[in-house]
Amino acid sequence: MRHGKYPFVISFLAIPVVLYVIYVIGPYAQAFYLALTNYNGFSAPTFVGFENFTRMFHNDLFWKAVQHNLFLLVALPLVTMAIALFLSFMLNVGGRSRGGVRSGVWGSKFYRLVFFFPQVLAVVIVAVLFQQILRPDASGAVNGPLHTLGVSPIGFLTNPTVAMWTVLAVLVWQAVGFYVVLFSAGMSNIPQDIYEAADLDGAGRFSMFFRVTLPLLFDTVQVAWVYLGIAAFDAFALVQVLTVEQGGPDGATTVLANEVYKNFLQSKAGYASAMGVALFFLTLTFAGLTVRLSRRERVDF
Amino acid sequence: MSLSPENQDTVEASPFGKPGLDRRTMLRRTAAASLVAVPGLGLLDACATGGSSGSTPTSGGGAKDKDNPLGVDKKAPLEVVIFAGGYSDGYAKNVHVPIYKKAFPDADVKETATQEISTTLQPRFNGGTPPDVVDNSGSKQMEFGALVDAGQLQDLADLWAAPSVDDPSKTVKDTLLTGTIDQGMFNGKSYVFNYVSTVYGIWYNAKLWATKGWTAPTTWNDFIALLDKIKAAGITPYGYAGANASYYQYLVLLTSAAKLGGTDILKNIDNLTPDSWKNDSVHKAAEAWASVGAKYTDKSFLGLKHTEVQLKQNQDKVALYPSGNWLENEQKKDTPASFEYAMFPIPSLSTSDKMPVTAVWAGAGEPFFVSAKGKNPKGGMEYFRRMLSKEGAQGFTKETGSLTVLQGSAEGLTLPPGLQSSAKALTAAGKDTFYYLFDGWYKDLDQELRAATNELFYGGGTADKFVDRMQKKADAIKADSSIKKFTR
Repeated sequence: MRHGKYPFVISFLAIPVVLYVIYVIGPYAQAFYLALTNYNGFSAPTFVGFENFTRMFHNDLFWKAVQHNLFLLVALPLVTMAIALFLSFMLNVGGRSRGGVRSGVWGSKFYRLVFFFPQVLAVVIVAVLFQQILRPDASGAVNGPLHTLGVSPIGFLTNPTVAMWTVLAVLVWQAVGFYVVLFSAGMSNIPQDIYEAADLDGAGRFSMFFRVTLPLLFDTVQVAWVYLGIAAFDAFALVQVLTVEQGGPDGATTVLANEVYKNFLQSKAGYASAMGVALFFLTLTFAGLTVRLSRRERVDF
Repeated sequence: MSLSPENQDTVEASPFGKPGLDRRTMLRRTAAASLVAVPGLGLLDACATGGSSGSTPTSGGGAKDKDNPLGVDKKAPLEVVIFAGGYSDGYAKNVHVPIYKKAFPDADVKETATQEISTTLQPRFNGGTPPDVVDNSGSKQMEFGALVDAGQLQDLADLWAAPSVDDPSKTVKDTLLTGTIDQGMFNGKSYVFNYVSTVYGIWYNAKLWATKGWTAPTTWNDFIALLDKIKAAGITPYGYAGANASYYQYLVLLTSAAKLGGTDILKNIDNLTPDSWKNDSVHKAAEAWASVGAKYTDKSFLGLKHTEVQLKQNQDKVALYPSGNWLENEQKKDTPASFEYAMFPIPSLSTSDKMPVTAVWAGAGEPFFVSAKGKNPKGGMEYFRRMLSKEGAQGFTKETGSLTVLQGSAEGLTLPPGLQSSAKALTAAGKDTFYYLFDGWYKDLDQELRAATNELFYGGGTADKFVDRMQKKADAIKADSSIKKFTR
């Protein structure tokens, strides 16, 4: 029955491949083409060479956006994973050892559920919630009490030096829950006897985490890093809804995706595509680097 | 021209509004629009981007007669798309469409409303099947410059020359407030019809003022004295919403400059004339308003949206708020009985201002256009002609609480107090009205000015920095060959 294999396989593959080419590769290719034109969205594009790219490289806002994306690229995975690893360690192995079996701290099932809550909320809702929480006047959840105490309010979203940190904090807040679950799943795959052995050797929680859990979790951490890195290159919806003047004050929180969107709305589709191409290469470089740098021998268990 | 009430339901306005479409949806739609047409990569040239050849009007027109001076084909269908923002779309659905249908019973009129003008309509303009009439407003409006450039807009000259509905001895043009047509001109041709009459001023609570004995200031010294009095009364004297409505304040700043140095200042700014921002009057206006920002406001307003600051005013926590005459209607639901809107024109900066204190920024807002490549452009113009009948205009005012650009359209209507106050200011101003158009022509300049105004007013900026920054941006736009230029 060997001869019937290929038509069978092809018939299954053809449709996804065609759809992928039309809806994924196609638009990419078109964006590359549009980046070299002066397309405005209404009339036929004319070829302008690398003019859009030259303009882009001379645009302060573009560089600001790149900086913010790189900031998120470094900070978002670090902070999110640090918190998520700590929490999932506490939820899974941080508790007292009972008869040699490691388990989470008391109430860990409940916490796991609670930590996941932010993940269920849509980004826009998160943004609107935080807008109210961080409001600079007396109605803000944080600034309200400060107001009553007579302390001058913190401009979470209005102070240009603070605003980007606020965006980072909200991104982390929303992301942590998911990674707690992801790492928990990874940790539950680590055999109990390894912990038991470590326990017998007198390992405390601290060395248990750094010498046992983390190395055995490396694959999951790597996946998380790539996910978070890609998320750092997006951040579009949150910045669009949460921040003052969509990326402000004065461009202090804008990211590449917002610049693409803004220029697209301003009928500069060609220019926006050029930024999209830049974003594409940044993301690609990041993914390539991560996979390459983090390649190492697997520990089988 | 593009000055319209900030839509309550867009992302930046409503705490629980509909989110803007995310990047993925946008990319997906762009992709769909392009690849539905030509699913082959070798033909990229002919994709989404090449389809603007457009269809020729299928309705060449019918016979012209007294009731149909533009010669509309009486059976041709008409499609109208309305921006459902601050004015909603009731005025079209309940007033204008029925009027058109009454005149042309055989025509099939389709009216739809959306808040996402550019995302829903841009693919249709690209594909050559645009709707006939578009209310191109809101924060997702399509850029007029690009539309004009692509030849998508119908020249409205025939409409203005046609006899008006109510008095056939007058042309439509004669029935409009002065400046209406000018504000829809692009390099000498009239493409855009701005329907709503907008008057700008500083708004206050007349009832509160009566109890406090405060009066509207006319000179800058009076104004500062008033701000001091308000401050002493424990109320924040002045403020605007920095998060999404800083253009309310930049309008005030430019009004001060125009009153001080004459309206040519605004014209020069529009025309990107060299050193137009470095003009002494602009500098002085920036200085004056920076000092108001330094002393008489609450810096936390930088992080608030227009509805949030407007609510504070309704609660008498802010005394003065700059806005257009849609404000009263926009706040209708939140205005307590103890609050009654009234406005005064922006006070003169000096005793030797080139314009009188009564001068106001008066514009036409809510831009409509007819698609040149639509199926029924004549029908579209006829629809405008009927919007400008007394019946159409008064119907609009009743539905939205806003006045139209039709002269005397408020006659016989009882107006709410705020609208009355702004109508009075407009009458008092007479010929001394002015406007600018750069915000619609050059979005980049608008964005820069919003940020610069926030910096100046709330961020402790200086007038020097402000004019330098704006001049730099204006020069950059002038030098950028990819941006279509306009003059007036």
